[in-house]
Order: sequence, then C-alpha cells, then structure tokens
Amino acid sequence: MIILRDVTRVYATGGMAVRALAGVNLEIDRGEFVAVMGRSGSGKSTLMNIIGLLDRPTTGEYLLAGRDVERFTEDVRSRLRGAAFGFVFQSYNLLPRMTALEQVELPLIYQRAQDRRRRAAEALVRVGMQHRIAHLPNELSGGEQQRVAIARSLAVNPLMLLADEPTGALDTATGGEIMRLFTELVEERGVAVVLVTHETEVATYARRTIRMRDGKIIEDSGKSGGPPARAPAGASGH
Amino acid sequence: MSLIDAFRVTLRAIFANRLRSVLTSLGVVIGVSSVIALVAVAQGTQQGVTDRIRGLGTGLIFVESSAAATTSQTGGPAGLVQSTLVASDAAAIAADAIPGVIAVAAHAAVDTQLVAGANNVGATVVSTSSEYGEVRDLDVRSGSFITPAHDEEGSMVAVLGARAAETLYPGADPVGQQVRLSFAGGRLTLAFVVVGVLEEQGGAGEADDQAFIPLTSIANRLRFLYTPAGDLRVTQIDVRAADGVDEDRVKEEISELLLFRHETTEPDFVIQSQDDLISAATEVSNTLSILLGSIAGISLLVGGIGVMNIMLVSVAERAREIGIRRAVGATSRDIVTQFVTEALTLSLFGGVVGIALGTGASLAVDGRAVGGQELAVLIQPWSIAAAFLVAAGVGLAAGSYPAYRAATIDPIAALRNE
Repeated sequence: MIILRDVTRVYATGGMAVRALAGVNLEIDRGEFVAVMGRSGSGKSTLMNIIGLLDRPTTGEYLLAGRDVERFTEDVRSRLRGAAFGFVFQSYNLLPRMTALEQVELPLIYQRAQDRRRRAAEALVRVGMQHRIAHLPNELSGGEQQRVAIARSLAVNPLMLLADEPTGALDTATGGEIMRLFTELVEERGVAVVLVTHETEVATYARRTIRMRDGKIIEDSGKSGGPPARAPAGASGH
Repeated sequence: MSLIDAFRVTLRAIFANRLRSVLTSLGVVIGVSSVIALVAVAQGTQQGVTDRIRGLGTGLIFVESSAAATTSQTGGPAGLVQSTLVASDAAAIAADAIPGVIAVAAHAAVDTQLVAGANNVGATVVSTSSEYGEVRDLDVRSGSFITPAHDEEGSMVAVLGARAAETLYPGADPVGQQVRLSFAGGRLTLAFVVVGVLEEQGGAGEADDQAFIPLTSIANRLRFLYTPAGDLRVTQIDVRAADGVDEDRVKEEISELLLFRHETTEPDFVIQSQDDLISAATEVSNTLSILLGSIAGISLLVGGIGVMNIMLVSVAERAREIGIRRAVGATSRDIVTQFVTEALTLSLFGGVVGIALGTGASLAVDGRAVGGQELAVLIQPWSIAAAFLVAAGVGLAAGSYPAYRAATIDPIAALRNE
C-alpha cells in the first residue's frame, strides 16, 4: 500500500543541516500492525510525518497506492491526509470545548462527508465510547480521551492509523486496552497501524517491529512477523 | 469545509471568548455608529436649511447689497450704512413691470432688544414696508400687518412674530399694547404700538422670532438711513415671482435695472434665487457630511486594526488547533476560510450593532436643542449601506493577513507544542 524508496529528510536549522532521515526503504501493506522503535532523534516521528503527508521527503520516492504523492498539489495532499490516514497522538490532541461527537465529526467536515453525525456516532460506538458522546475532553479520563481520538482517526475509514506514543500518557492497564483496540481494528477492518513507541511491551502487540537509529532502519522483523531479523544491508543502507 | 461549517466554528470561537469578541467588535460599533449619526446630523442640518428656504414659499428672489452681504448677515448697522441698495430700487423693480414679478419689498434687518413691561427678548427687527407680508407670504393671527397707510405716515407700529409675542405678552393679545425697541445696545429706545401678531410658522420659520416695523418709522428718527439724495438705505430687496416664471430671466432683468440705476457696470449687489441658496447650502453641508464622515471613518479604521490585532492573537493562541485541523484533513484554504469568516463575523456583528446604535442615537438627538440650535437628523439609507459595506471590507482586510499566517503555520511544529 505504501512504499518508501531511499527517502531522506534534511532540515536546515540555523545554517546546520540535520539529517532526520538518511535513506529509508519501507513497504507497509493493508492489515499490517507495525511498531517503530528507536531512541528519540532516531527519525521515528519524521518517518510518521512523511507517511502521513504532513511532511515531504527531501529526496527519494513515496508511493501511496501506487501513486507518487510528490506529484499531488498541497490541497490534494491535505484531502488525502484526511481521507487515508488517521493520527493518534500521545497527548490526544482533542480540541477543547468540543464534545466527543464533534471531535469525531471534524475529519468528516473536511471531507465534506454525508451523514457525518451517524458515522461519527458509529466510530464512537466502535471504540466503546457511546456513553460519553456529549462529553467534553476535560470531562473524560486519559484513556477515554485517547479512545475518542482513535474514533476520530477511524471516522473516515482510513487505510492507515499513525499512532505516535499513543499509550505514553496512560497507565499500563489502560494502555493495554488501547493496544487491544488497535489489534481488533487491524483484524476486523484490515486497517494498517503504524505505532511509534519506546516501550517494548507495547511493541509486542504489533506483528512487525522496525528499529531505527540515526535516521535509518537498522532492524525490520519483516511482514510475516515472528522474531526480529536484521534488515538486509541494501534495503536499509546500513 | 463548507461555509456553514466555517460559520459554526466561528460562532464557537466567538462565544468561547465572549468578552474579547465584544470588545473587538466595539471598535467597529463605534466607527459605524458615528458614521451614521454624524452623517445623519449633517444631512438633517441640510434638510433644515433647505426646508427653511423652501418654507419662504416658491419663486422668491433675494437682492442683497454687497456691502451688507460681506459685513454682516443679520443687520449690523455697518452693512446698512454702507449699503448702496435703496428703497426706491424696490419701487423701480415693481414699477418696471418685469414680467412675472408679483410683489417687491425692501427691508433692513437690525438686531434689537424688545421690551414690554417686565419682559424682554432679543430679536431681529425687520424694517420694511407693507408689501413684505405678501412677498414672504406671512399670515396674521391677530390685528393686521403693516399697511400702506403706515408706510405713508411712518407710523410707530410693530408686528410681532408668534414666539416673540408669546415671550413679551404671555397669554395675552398684544395688539394695542406698547412695545419698546432698544437699538444699538440701549443708546436709542423707541416706543411702538403693536398692531398685529403673526401666525406661528413653527419648525425652522425665522419670522416667529422677529418683529416688523415700517422702514419709514425708524428712518424719521435715524436720519443717517437716508442717502444724500433723500432715499432710504436698505440691506435687501425681496422679489416674489409668479409660479412657472423663468427665474434666471427675472434675475437678469433686475440686475440690468439696478446696474442702470446705480450707474455702474460692477454690480454692488448679489441676486440669488431660492434654488441658488439651496444649492449653496447643500454644497456646504455636503462638505460637512464628507468631513464628519471621514472623521468617523478613521475610527472605523481604528476598529479594523483592533479586529486584526485580536485575530493575530487568536491565530497564535490556536496554533495547536490549526495543527489538529490540518492533521485531520483541513487544507490551507479551509484554515483561511475559517479565520476570514471569524474576522468578518466580528466586523459585521459590530456593523449591525453600530447601525442600530447610530440610528438610535440619531433619533434620540432629533429635535433636541444643542447650543441654541435645534438638531435635526436625517438618516440616509446610503449611509447605512455604506457603513455596512465598509464594516464588511474592514472584516475582510483585517482577517486576510491573520488568516494567511494561520494557513502557513507548520502543522508538525504546532502539534509538537504541548
């Protein structure tokens, strides 16, 4: 579904060029559950941003469903971002003063979708938040807020969820519930989940683990899952 | 994002910061309401002047001595002494049989103090002839106006305007009573017998506060009013033309006659019809309208700067919200739409409140006396439309740059900010 070929991302900060990604090759298909691990500064978040069309590669190629996304205009990229990807953040990133239902409706508004209310309500039911539909974020617990955020990312029926430390602010039990929810979504809907995490226990929910260091993939357990294997030298550029 | 959705987001943001939103709109409210109120006062003043001129009846032509016109509007003695216009000019205009001329009256206005018993009032005394009543279309409520016999004999008689009469003789009929006229700051006081009181004109009618005496009566006491040739000096000659007469032709013929009589080629008088006076007054008050409107427009500009300022603050505060919206699929155009809609809504809200307030304030001061002058207002629909359009323009202008800033916020950086 997505293919990255030799993707680099270089930031120019204060006259210094920082290579956040130094040649990444990656292929992720529908229904995969991928954990991306690595220290901070290893390029995990940059990789997520590029996959989610929030950022552009400096060099290299990014194919989404066989199409080179670099050819799309900024507006098309924005629409595609809303339609194909759902973001889940460590800090939930819900809008204050909006009820759970309104949070979930938000992406549907930008897609100019029909039947927004019903679809948003369905997404909330899916994450088990039907009893909190009219609550504001500050009336919800952390786990509940993250469920609303997941419902928001699900509402548009995306191809892929991009979750950046989704359990980072939650206790272990709640974090486990959220991870089980991701597992269910992968199995039921065939949605791909890419998860950035520090925690090994969290990564065990995923069927594929990618380790990054200094902007490169140093280890990829492969699509089949199973024990982590060394990435082929040619593929990772290591 | 549809416009309805953008408007929903706007209302949410505005209600979330009610006080700030109201204060932001206040600048526009003040600007718009002052534009409407000030233009209404300027236009009302013009309407008042126009009505007063029209109230004199139609077809009036005024011949004014150049000396009187340049020295004083209301009968200072200087203008009268230097005036080259004389009573026999009026007689000549009447006798010359200029087609269309119905009546002619010469007069000189002098500021005096009227005294009756314990009461007194400052008034302009119009020294004129019996024809004045016909020329100015004055209706007498009690007694009579100055008669030709009074003219002939130089009788010491006076006719009072309605308000002057009420002040001097509250609740009584002044006809037959004595009124004393005090000229030149009390240096000369003459006693007159009241022979008539005018019907109240109301509104802007100037005759209500005036008194009328035969020119001949005062001339017998003030010999300087006579020219060396034995003619009576006046400051103005009023000519009434018949309906439908070409006033420009009448003006032309009067001018030729007076030039001949004064043995000069340079006119020492000014001839104006009512239309001339109205257009002069209109010109003045249009200038006033533009001036007042511009001053009010500046406050509208300041209001717009306030809206822009708050929008910039709002964009900075809501960077994270903008990042979230971008992440869930908002295009930069969606973000621009959102913030322009917000600025526009604030301005238009201010505009609508300003229109209500400006209209209300205009109606509230209508008819109130300010500095001895009764304020008249005239709310022009175009001033409301213009104020509303300008408010919309202010909103667009004030929203554009903040919206551009919002649209160029980097969503990655905005989302990282915890």
